[in-house]
Amino acid sequence: MVKVAIFDYGAGNIFSLKSSLEKNEAQVDIITNLEKMKNYSGLLLPGVGNFDPAIKSLNTSKVAFQDLVKNQIPVLGICLGMEMFFEKSEEGTLGGLGVLDGEVILLPNKFKIPHMGWNDLQIKKPSVLLDGVKEGSWVYFVHSYRVKPKNEEIIIADSDYGINVPAVIENQTLFGTQFHPEKSSKVGSIMIKNFLRVCKK
Amino acid sequence: MTLTKRVIPCLDVDNGRVVKGMHFKSIKDAGDPVLLAEKYSKEGADELVFLDITASEQQRETIKSLVQKVAQVIDIPFTVGGGVKNLQDARDILLSGADKVAINTGAVKNPGIITKLMEIFGKQCVVIAMDVKRNYEIKENRHIFTSDSKKFWFEVYIYGGKTPTDLDAIEWAKEVERRGAGEILLTSIDMDGTKEGYDVQLIKEIVNAVNIPVVASGGCGKPIHMLDVFLQTNVDAALAASIFHYKTHSVDRVKEYLKENGVPVRL
Repeated sequence: MVKVAIFDYGAGNIFSLKSSLEKNEAQVDIITNLEKMKNYSGLLLPGVGNFDPAIKSLNTSKVAFQDLVKNQIPVLGICLGMEMFFEKSEEGTLGGLGVLDGEVILLPNKFKIPHMGWNDLQIKKPSVLLDGVKEGSWVYFVHSYRVKPKNEEIIIADSDYGINVPAVIENQTLFGTQFHPEKSSKVGSIMIKNFLRVCKK
Repeated sequence: MTLTKRVIPCLDVDNGRVVKGMHFKSIKDAGDPVLLAEKYSKEGADELVFLDITASEQQRETIKSLVQKVAQVIDIPFTVGGGVKNLQDARDILLSGADKVAINTGAVKNPGIITKLMEIFGKQCVVIAMDVKRNYEIKENRHIFTSDSKKFWFEVYIYGGKTPTDLDAIEWAKEVERRGAGEILLTSIDMDGTKEGYDVQLIKEIVNAVNIPVVASGGCGKPIHMLDVFLQTNVDAALAASIFHYKTHSVDRVKEYLKENGVPVRL
């Protein structure tokens, strides 16, 4: 059985993510620092909260997190969790985790913000996380910001909200989704399963 | 753009059971909330809303354990509301497994809670529930509308639709957006329980007043009511209770019907 950890910023529902991982046969612990990461074969940064408070809760673990990524421990960042991978965000004033070059910017206000609801995926290239996920699959988004990676090659799927919203990123063992796989019905469960498969290796 | 319109079954929960009222009164038992949640989730509901209508102090633990049980069986987002008075109530609900918390009376009494919640949990968690009724006593500084040549304004009610607040619904909607709400759950007291359709005029006016998503609620008696509200307004989601509870129409059938008639839905 694969053992993974969810980092808890103390700011929202991580229960659904936990139960989604458990349904896919993972053993899950909730952690608030990265000291014991050697006990786990993967880490999840959940998608709830606000940028600055979440970064603050990870602050003492920033170096440990960067080491984790260097050592290719699989990490899945969901929504805010993915946004924190980058250098900075318009949502906050604090720096991000900085494991990916680029920034996080507010969605254009010609449409309603947050972008909330089910939108479909336009898959740009084959990937580990989307293995078995069909083009046009519906996933659940709820966000006000989007990521802007310097290296656009890491974007493996988009979604259309008046502009192209990067929906999935993948860089070696670093994975991110702007939507919530744990809230995206069966399609989301496929992605959770795919991530756990990487953790097992 | 392919963001779909959301169809949201609502479960009014009293003492751990799903009930359905009419005009915010006369309650009828409609089933087990966990079983219904699972059924709707499987049928393709885009989201679920739970409103705890008992919401007395001793019920707080009941709702927390209910939220946990529901979070275990569904893999779609869900909102919980009813009796959320302060930050602690909201935190309890979110940490038990709800994705969003809906606040009504608590926000009218203390609007500062909206910003506080947004700063901690993010805007996407904060839903403001507005119960609105037409008031035909015309006052100054209200947005006045006309229907069947009668003039009225839209007034916000609190305490489960019992107490008028004198607040203009259009202004209140703008204010909650400014303070950081992520969504408005808009219920027409006039139409709720009638099964005669949504208050399309109310929904249109609120949708046009704000740039956050709005969920239409109150009055849905058949699928055509949902179609009407989606075709006539730019509302993001439609909520209904009784049409789903009593097996008259399953969620997937309603969504197929919407799609056949040109509304983008997830199927």
